Amino acid sequence: MAVIKLSEDKINFIKDVCKSFHNDGGEVINVLHKVQGEYGYLSAEVQELVAKELNIPVSRVYGIVSFYSFFTMTPKGKHPISVCLGTACYVRGAEKVLDELKRQLGVEVGGTTPDGKFSLNCLRCVGACGLAPVAMIGDKVYGRLTPDKVKEVLAEYND
Amino acid sequence: MLFLSNKIEEEKDMINVTIDNKQIQVAEGTTILKAARQAGIHIPTLCYFELAGMNFENKPGGCRVCVVEITKDFNGKPRRNLAPACATDCVEGMEVLTHSARVINARRTVVELILSDHPTDCLTCAKSGQCELQKLAQNLGIREIPFHGEQSTYRKDMSPSIVRDIDKCIMCRRCENVCNNIQTVGALSAVNRGFSAVVAPAFEQDLMDSPCVMCGQCVQVCPVGALSEVDDTRNVMAAINNPKKTVIVNTAPATRVALGEEFGMEPGTIVTGQMAAALRRLGFDYVFDTDFTADLTIMEEGTELLGRIKKFMAGDKSVRLPILTSCCPGWVNFFEHNFPDMLDVPSTAKSPMQMFGAVAKNYWAEKMGINREDLVVVSIMPCLAKKYESKRKEFYKDGNPDIDYVLSTRELARLIKQFNLDLKDMPSEDYDDPLGESTGAAVIFGATGGVIEAATRTAYEVFTGKALPKIDFTELRGMDGIRDAWVDFNGTPIHIGIAHGLANARKLLERVREGKEQFHAIEVMACPGGCVGGAGQPYHHGNSEIIKKRTEAIYREDAGKPIRKSHENASVMKLYKEYLGEPCGHKSHELLHTHYFDKSEHVEISEK
Repeated sequence: MAVIKLSEDKINFIKDVCKSFHNDGGEVINVLHKVQGEYGYLSAEVQELVAKELNIPVSRVYGIVSFYSFFTMTPKGKHPISVCLGTACYVRGAEKVLDELKRQLGVEVGGTTPDGKFSLNCLRCVGACGLAPVAMIGDKVYGRLTPDKVKEVLAEYND
Repeated sequence: MLFLSNKIEEEKDMINVTIDNKQIQVAEGTTILKAARQAGIHIPTLCYFELAGMNFENKPGGCRVCVVEITKDFNGKPRRNLAPACATDCVEGMEVLTHSARVINARRTVVELILSDHPTDCLTCAKSGQCELQKLAQNLGIREIPFHGEQSTYRKDMSPSIVRDIDKCIMCRRCENVCNNIQTVGALSAVNRGFSAVVAPAFEQDLMDSPCVMCGQCVQVCPVGALSEVDDTRNVMAAINNPKKTVIVNTAPATRVALGEEFGMEPGTIVTGQMAAALRRLGFDYVFDTDFTADLTIMEEGTELLGRIKKFMAGDKSVRLPILTSCCPGWVNFFEHNFPDMLDVPSTAKSPMQMFGAVAKNYWAEKMGINREDLVVVSIMPCLAKKYESKRKEFYKDGNPDIDYVLSTRELARLIKQFNLDLKDMPSEDYDDPLGESTGAAVIFGATGGVIEAATRTAYEVFTGKALPKIDFTELRGMDGIRDAWVDFNGTPIHIGIAHGLANARKLLERVREGKEQFHAIEVMACPGGCVGGAGQPYHHGNSEIIKKRTEAIYREDAGKPIRKSHENASVMKLYKEYLGEPCGHKSHELLHTHYFDKSEHVEISEK
């Protein structure tokens, strides 16, 4: 007998989400979207419970989670960093900024620092092309970034 | 049903197509691939797979090996791109070339590209000689692989039954399709994307940790060496060559109608006697038959069934009906995973193979004065789940298993070839006594419907006290995925259900669980066609005619047997008299019955 261990709140939330989609296996992407929206990521246990509630194999749920880049199994950091790689930012050196972030944090894109403080992701355009290259940390936008400025920006989040 | 589908076919509009300058008429909606086959033209395929008449077609249109050139399309003009024949429907007036220079060139490039990320260890590959990619490369005359790039490197995964060597996977998705649709096991799915995409269990865990039931149908349909059986031939030969060990063997019903195929014989050739002779040449000390314990299974399972029916008829509401057969280890794994609320429904009788192990290592070993540790019991099975079954903890005694090794029909063929023996040249020899005697009822265990027919033959005579007017219950035979029949037990109607393929079993069981239908007994076999279509049998490469011919052979073997009812097996009766007492008695329960485990997933509340 295999056991899926989750907190009561999570179990209830996931069950409610599945119910709101009539426990229909065809709605698995919408269900995962909502659940990730709540918890920031999709743990193996969460996927197992979703599969059970929708009455579909967990291998299919994992197949979907591992296929779509929007879904993640890594918990987001306390301060999620998103680097814009849209055209304007890219031509103004966003990739170098990203490389510097990777170097300083010691994580790849999609990863989270071991202390859970920062997670690193990319996105395409935040509508602030005039400030290119742009990155966001949480809700705060940082414009005209250069690799040299990365250390300073991260230091703002020292406790 | 057959009549109905023919009628639909007739009502479909016929259209004219020209394939390789050959004019033919096909029903609307026919693919180019099938139209060509009707015209006797062979278009090579790789990812495409069909098990005709068994409701299984895999056509992801992914490999592009079957591309053809459409020289005249619906608009009267040539189609610009080559089209995959498996996924393109014919249209009126279409003209197709299946082997133009352009087609052959494209086909060769496609295969070269597939080979550029495929290990070239063909000589030592488990599928060598049976590999569909190897065959294609051979037919296309590929002598070098012009493309060089990144190579997949994935860890090997080994369950007790199945080896996954995913570097060899060509992403045809046949395994995923059979696992999810034919079996509804759902262990496998395509995961990740792009170059790192693989077919794997959830979270890329090992098969053993997934809901896999070890039925092995994924191995049976895999065109390459990505999925194969665990090879136990060396362990068996080591035991045979160990002078301290007495090594005995038992052969499952379905192996005798399929082994011949590995030696170029026609599908459906019965090779029972030659197989026994070959096993002796390999050095087995005693050659016995699983059919002996199939008869024993009927005595136990039939008695259990009658016991439940009698109690039920006496008004005992606690009786669980229908009784479900429990011979098929894939099916046992399946209900442990998927029907944990019904674990008390299946018969508690062990499978014939496990009964054989229990009888051999207790009754026979005692009789022969052989220590349990010095007796090695080998099984020849059409099945891969049997390998797993033999390793279940409940079938061990003091760290020693009842069945030491299980070889598939294919592995046995390999051993015979290692000894440079040809089954065709073998004389026909008999099994050894006493664990070699069997009836026709035991042989039919190998085909869907056979176990329940065998049980019915015995249960009828025991229940009514009368001789059967007709031994053959043809109403229980056939290839439909779900079948049912009423059998008249001298005034008492008995409702029998049959399913083969686990998707069908799931459907039938759900109907029972919801109370939609009442049955007295249900037989389930995990593999399409029953054991004749088992995953350990010679590869059928999608030719369902082979499975049908094996089935016919099973019933021929039964019809040719002098005794055709399990309760008339004299050696089985002697076993009860000398050792077991009575069916379902105390000793039988100890040796011949088992229990089941809940393997489903349960949700538990954690602290945080």
